[in-house]
Amino acid sequence: MKKILQNKATRSNYITYGGVILAFILLQGLSAANALSSSLKGQLVPICAYVVMALSLNLTVGVLGELSLGHAGFMSVGAFAGAVAASAMTESVAAEPIRLAIAMVIGAVFAGVAGVLIGIPVLRLNGDYLAIVTLAFGEIIKSIINNLYIGIDVNGLHASFLNNNITFAEGGRMILSGPMGIPGIQKISTFTAGFILIMITLIVIFNLVNSRSGRAIMALRDNRIAAESVGIPVTKYKMMAFVTSAALAGAAGALFSLGQNTIIASKFDFNTSILILVFVVLGGQGRMWGSIIAAAALTVLPEMLREFADYRMLIYAIVLIVVMLFTNSAGAKQFISKVKSIFMRDIEGGEQNG
Amino acid sequence: MANQKLVQIPSDSLLPERDADKLPILRALHLGIDFGGLTAVDDFNISVGRTEICGLIGPNGAGKTTVFNLLTKVYQPTRGTILIDSIDTHGMNTVQANQLGIARTFQNIRLFNNLSVEDNIKIGLHNQMHYSMLGGILRLPNYWIEENAAHKKALELLDIFGMADLADAKAGSLPYGAQRRLEIVRALATNPKLLLLDEPAAGMNPAETAELMENIRGIRDRFQIAIMLIEHDMSLVMNVCEAIAVLNYGKIIAKGTPQEIQSNPQVIEAYLGKKKEG
Repeated sequence: MKKILQNKATRSNYITYGGVILAFILLQGLSAANALSSSLKGQLVPICAYVVMALSLNLTVGVLGELSLGHAGFMSVGAFAGAVAASAMTESVAAEPIRLAIAMVIGAVFAGVAGVLIGIPVLRLNGDYLAIVTLAFGEIIKSIINNLYIGIDVNGLHASFLNNNITFAEGGRMILSGPMGIPGIQKISTFTAGFILIMITLIVIFNLVNSRSGRAIMALRDNRIAAESVGIPVTKYKMMAFVTSAALAGAAGALFSLGQNTIIASKFDFNTSILILVFVVLGGQGRMWGSIIAAAALTVLPEMLREFADYRMLIYAIVLIVVMLFTNSAGAKQFISKVKSIFMRDIEGGEQNG
Repeated sequence: MANQKLVQIPSDSLLPERDADKLPILRALHLGIDFGGLTAVDDFNISVGRTEICGLIGPNGAGKTTVFNLLTKVYQPTRGTILIDSIDTHGMNTVQANQLGIARTFQNIRLFNNLSVEDNIKIGLHNQMHYSMLGGILRLPNYWIEENAAHKKALELLDIFGMADLADAKAGSLPYGAQRRLEIVRALATNPKLLLLDEPAAGMNPAETAELMENIRGIRDRFQIAIMLIEHDMSLVMNVCEAIAVLNYGKIIAKGTPQEIQSNPQVIEAYLGKKKEG
């Protein structure tokens, strides 16, 4: 154990785990003591979903080093697959947490499959081209779901495309009705489920990065030609990172949709993809704790700025610019590294004593 | 291989005596590549013995690095055949060539700069580890066994150049000479049979170059592999290489021992130009 903790990267991972657990306990405590405003309480599940979105996009952007502008597309696939699955299982699986878990797994699988399908053509491209194609992918997913009708009756699920021409047996009902989305979702997502998903995401990403596969992915990021020269197959590891990222986004999508009353496809548009990318860039590429803080803060911020009414988005933008400037200034960087070194020294000291 | 064809073995293949009874590790036959209308390499023939150290020299722009890129399948040759360990590499890519036992360093250093020195080596060890992605995420027993073995192996390899204490440093933050050495160690980690070094002494001072010479011989003796190097530092080439090929305008103009090359009039002409008539 001691040997493991001496590794700088591993130590920072444990600090991140600890921070998330601490934040969860704190928020649960505040929530139990009714110290949280109702609007913030309602934000807890979306915050968890966006944190997982930011973490998973950071796997593509920070670890693999490819820019993806269609991450909301994967969230959308997971959200709708998860919500349809949960709705279909309402009677058969009575326990809500189990239904939620199954819905998240289904969301992850569907988004993962979408990741493979989009990855086959896209991952042969590099840089700007890859970014543009992923952008198009996000829009295509939005259009497909906008025209998709899914219903259920005793015979199982029925789907039709473009027009709603589903004829039901007795007792059948629509689940997803095209541009109207899925109305009347039973809210089964909980803050605890969100917390567990964040922890799973962190474990997946940290353990992947510190394994043989993760090193291969980072080798591609740092120098593709050198990676090939030591026998790393490019497409395989690009695909691995991309699909893992998509599957995690799908699980986050399912968590998100099952915490809402209604979801519609246009919620997961280009703006959402960019918003998630902002979380990643603001938090620092490849820096997971940064993504968590940025995603949480920027999801809460618009709600907190509600009193500014019409000027809300203007102030949001100004805050964003100021934070970006501050975190990139030389002085701030020096300050952060100073704080970090003090913190790290404390742990080292503690280790020697203990 | 699907495309089996008979190839004429060049009569002028020179091998060190100790390697003569074994098949050469590398054989290039009538190798050539055109870029558009420009012929960068033409009719390149070479055989490299199992434990031979050979040099590839020539003036700037002669096509030396292009030859390395052909041998490692970064470029596909327009003409000719490359046999690595007697296997035709036609249609293979860089990754497959590496798995056949060919590893290289680069003229302009290409390290994984944001990763630690140890991780750079472990990436070289990638294909000698076998646990799956899931095994890594769930940290199954295989993960621990193979990672511990890789850690030991990485430190062992780093020790060749006395760099074991730098294992945790970021590769990009190393001094220039150390980066060059790390690249060699990373290539060695892939367990090659033939190591290609592209200007290993570039930017090194005479003391470092002398040390490098010892290291190159040491690597050959310890791992019993063949080494082919491109180098402009003639003291290194003449001292360490057993056979030298001289390339000019994409063609081999001379082959032989260092002594033969030094006195070859064509080589002198390629480097210094022709004596003015009259």
